[in-house]
Amino acid sequence: MRVGAFLLILLATSAMAQGNLEVNTPAIAHAKSAMAARHAQLAPHYASGALGLARDGTVQVRDANAIPLAQRAGIQSAVAAENSDRDTLYREIARANGNPAWEADIRATFAQRWTDKAQSGWWVQNAQGAWQKK
Amino acid sequence: MRTPIFVAAMLAVVALLSACVTINIYFPAAAAESAADKIIDEVWQLQKKPEAAPATKEAK
Repeated sequence: MRVGAFLLILLATSAMAQGNLEVNTPAIAHAKSAMAARHAQLAPHYASGALGLARDGTVQVRDANAIPLAQRAGIQSAVAAENSDRDTLYREIARANGNPAWEADIRATFAQRWTDKAQSGWWVQNAQGAWQKK
Repeated sequence: MRTPIFVAAMLAVVALLSACVTINIYFPAAAAESAADKIIDEVWQLQKKPEAAPATKEAK
């Protein structure tokens, strides 16, 4: 038991020393593929401004009225599912690297990169909480 | 006989654990950023299909 724990610690340490974060776990892969599959459904609504990329690394419904009524409930539940997958993703990356306390830092890193990589015309929230069109 | 070995083992444990804490306590910002980039590219399919983004115009 102890030897096993030591080996795990050593492995985690050496993975860390190489400067890469561990991101290949089943939980991470699951969240990622669910998010990729959902993206086609959400993308048009980023473009319309109905949805925005929030500064806390989540997706927010900025303007529900911009979503056609027939789709509104579906998009709202897709956003809820997306945010739950994102929470899982941030938490699991922290855990996979042996440091659950990193979750907030990982979330902040992702929040920044989601907005940096957003297409022009999409709405993103700046550090002060204001929404801006890219 | 057993006690010095036990003490040495405990010291080794403490040394190892504190070494881990020292290494892990700093958040690897650059590694996190490149991991985030890779995951976002996958989720948004940004780099696998370079034509995916302009395709939204043609799709209609």
